[in-house]
Amino acid sequence: MRLSSHSRLRDVSYFGSLVLIAVFVMLACSPRANALPAFARKYGLRCSACHESWPMLNYFGQKFKDNGYQLMNDRDAPIWQSPGYWPVTFRMVSMWHRVSTGKVLVDTYSPGLTDPTGVAIQRITTSGFDLSGLDLHTGGTLDKNISFFLLPSSDPAGSFHFETVMARLDNLFGSPWLNIKLGKFELDNLLSEKRPLTLTGNGGIYQLYHFIPVGDGNIFGQIGDNQLGAELMGHSWNDRTRYSAALLSSNDGTTQLPYGNAYSGFFTASQAFDTGKAGVQRIGFYAMIGQAPTTWRTSGGATGFLPGAAIGNKSFSREGFVGQFYFGQHVDLQVVTQHGQDSAWFGQGYGDLIDGVATLNNTTGTVLPAGSRSPSWNGVLFEPHYIYSPQLIFIGRYETIRMSQQSTPGTPSNLGNISSYTLAFRYNPFMTSRAGFAWHNEYNWLHQDGTGPSLGLTSTNVNTSEVMTGFDFDF
Amino acid sequence: MQRNNLRKWSLLLGAVAIVALPMPSWAQLTKYDLESRMGVESHVGNITGHAKAAKADYRRYCVVCHGELGDGNGESFPWIDPKPRDFQLGVFKCRSTPTGTLPTDQDLFDTLARGLDRSNMPQWSTFTKQQRADLVAWVKHFSPRWTNEKPGTPITIPPEPEVTPERIKAGRDVFARVQCWKCHGVLGQANGPSAATLTDDLGRPIAAYNFTEGARPKCGDTDRDIYRIFMTGLDGTPMPSFADNIKPDEAWDLVFYLRTLMSQNSKEKAMAKQLGLKPVDPNAPAGQQ
Repeated sequence: MRLSSHSRLRDVSYFGSLVLIAVFVMLACSPRANALPAFARKYGLRCSACHESWPMLNYFGQKFKDNGYQLMNDRDAPIWQSPGYWPVTFRMVSMWHRVSTGKVLVDTYSPGLTDPTGVAIQRITTSGFDLSGLDLHTGGTLDKNISFFLLPSSDPAGSFHFETVMARLDNLFGSPWLNIKLGKFELDNLLSEKRPLTLTGNGGIYQLYHFIPVGDGNIFGQIGDNQLGAELMGHSWNDRTRYSAALLSSNDGTTQLPYGNAYSGFFTASQAFDTGKAGVQRIGFYAMIGQAPTTWRTSGGATGFLPGAAIGNKSFSREGFVGQFYFGQHVDLQVVTQHGQDSAWFGQGYGDLIDGVATLNNTTGTVLPAGSRSPSWNGVLFEPHYIYSPQLIFIGRYETIRMSQQSTPGTPSNLGNISSYTLAFRYNPFMTSRAGFAWHNEYNWLHQDGTGPSLGLTSTNVNTSEVMTGFDFDF
Repeated sequence: MQRNNLRKWSLLLGAVAIVALPMPSWAQLTKYDLESRMGVESHVGNITGHAKAAKADYRRYCVVCHGELGDGNGESFPWIDPKPRDFQLGVFKCRSTPTGTLPTDQDLFDTLARGLDRSNMPQWSTFTKQQRADLVAWVKHFSPRWTNEKPGTPITIPPEPEVTPERIKAGRDVFARVQCWKCHGVLGQANGPSAATLTDDLGRPIAAYNFTEGARPKCGDTDRDIYRIFMTGLDGTPMPSFADNIKPDEAWDLVFYLRTLMSQNSKEKAMAKQLGLKPVDPNAPAGQQ
């Protein structure tokens, strides 16, 4: 007997409803909500103790990190752990996502011809199932007050690099005000990009932390990238007051000194205030001031760059305020501002030549075009969270970056401006001290002024969007 | 006849069950019982804590060890030692009040921020004062003791006298007289003859405090804290109160002597070294150390 299409549809709807109800019940009835499980396992605490919602740190987690991954309760030295304890965490995301990029130049073909005969501007949309890279976190203490963190990280194809490698001397002379870190590490950004609650290509990073003006060749001021250097950091007993000062190689975290002998500094200070029922509010500032090369010495031709021999250092800076505001137990707002400025040399396309970011070499006798100016910009990001419970968090973000001065006079004042909107929620169906799992859902929309091809169009603004759903898990 | 007896017994057992089963007991505290105590408050300075307001924080930070019902049976219970406190018993180590009495709200408030060294209890110093006061109220709501009893009156601690070599020697005599060495060892290394036999009130093995390994004393590391510890005792552990055995002046002497056993540098330690002070001799006749 054949079923009619109507009754089949009804059956499919019925089955679909049952599946949805089952999924809902399964998620809703899961017993409890969940960080770096290696730390959670060590101390017997749930992820929620240190994370607003995994992986974003809360105040207690920030203090734990500032103490060198120690709770300061004499259970910190590894001697207290079972000999079988291995402080390793694997983290990966399996997902489905859809990316839609506007204004892509696409070749066109005439019938019967195999070579392109023209170009057109099209929107390219790609969707499908995918993976993130793998993060292999290992960290903790080597001994009381000697900490380490090692993070080999891969891209989705499995090619590994060292994202973080650092050792830290904690509480020197018995004072929490003196801690020294050496290696490759995340800059002391209070709103950490390495612990984001968002995962899409554009929403998973803070645009503010990576902004480079159009045509600018300076990659070295990206405060969101882990950097190689040494950091002095200190904080009060309860972490209300904290500061850090880092000396960094201007190489954007690239090992083997491929660039030159330039250095940058990254400085932060912040103060938190107890505001009773509202919670603990924190305000602070950061500043990155540095130099990076524009002259690339060569051997055997214009492209035979001598590693580590770049000179002609020019300056750049990034500075701003950070605010972490809490409105009771469920709502908070994270705010970061930035004013950035690059030397006019960078703005005119000098800078990271060996990676192809810059296009020009500041060789002897080079002069800047008349009227060249230092490009500068201002930006702000707002990231509100609604924490229903440690197991369910809703995230929003608005970022905008506006050029305040283009390097070349006459350039449209809005060229390269960015606006980005992100909405997401993460649901942790269980929360234990052993593993983490989040069902992650996110939408991001990013708009940039003037960076698309024109081909006679009145607007060259580019809009890109991405939607994803996936399982973010670690153990 | 037999059938009538059976019916009678069944009725009787049924009636007993109906009356007995709903009776509250500490061992079988339910969420229902706890809900009824949700109005519990704490008072610390000018802050009033409300149990209800701490529900989310307790779940976020505390439940993994202390359990949903505050019975110390959270998911980490099997792996940690010392075991988490069973709040339902209403028995606390760190108090300013005499042994056997409930602690003050301030005692619990201070314990939260200080943490408990040599245990898995961290320092929750990042909380706001309001959060801590709320959590104190939450802790109180687990035990019926708080509805039936008032906290004890904090003991009086006289001003700390000047430390002298004589006082340190006198402290050593007190250490010998009240037999601290039986658990803590003559050098304070927690290896006295009774150390291996110690258990807490629930019968679980417990270690004596080792003065020499550098850990902070559980209930605070100032001289006043140490004074308070042996005058109030650590309830729930074998550490008794010596309030009836040691006079206040002698208690300060003992504090000074205990400082000489600790690994941290102190003026007491320097004085003891200058004196050439020897450890107590367990076999010496009373008063002849």
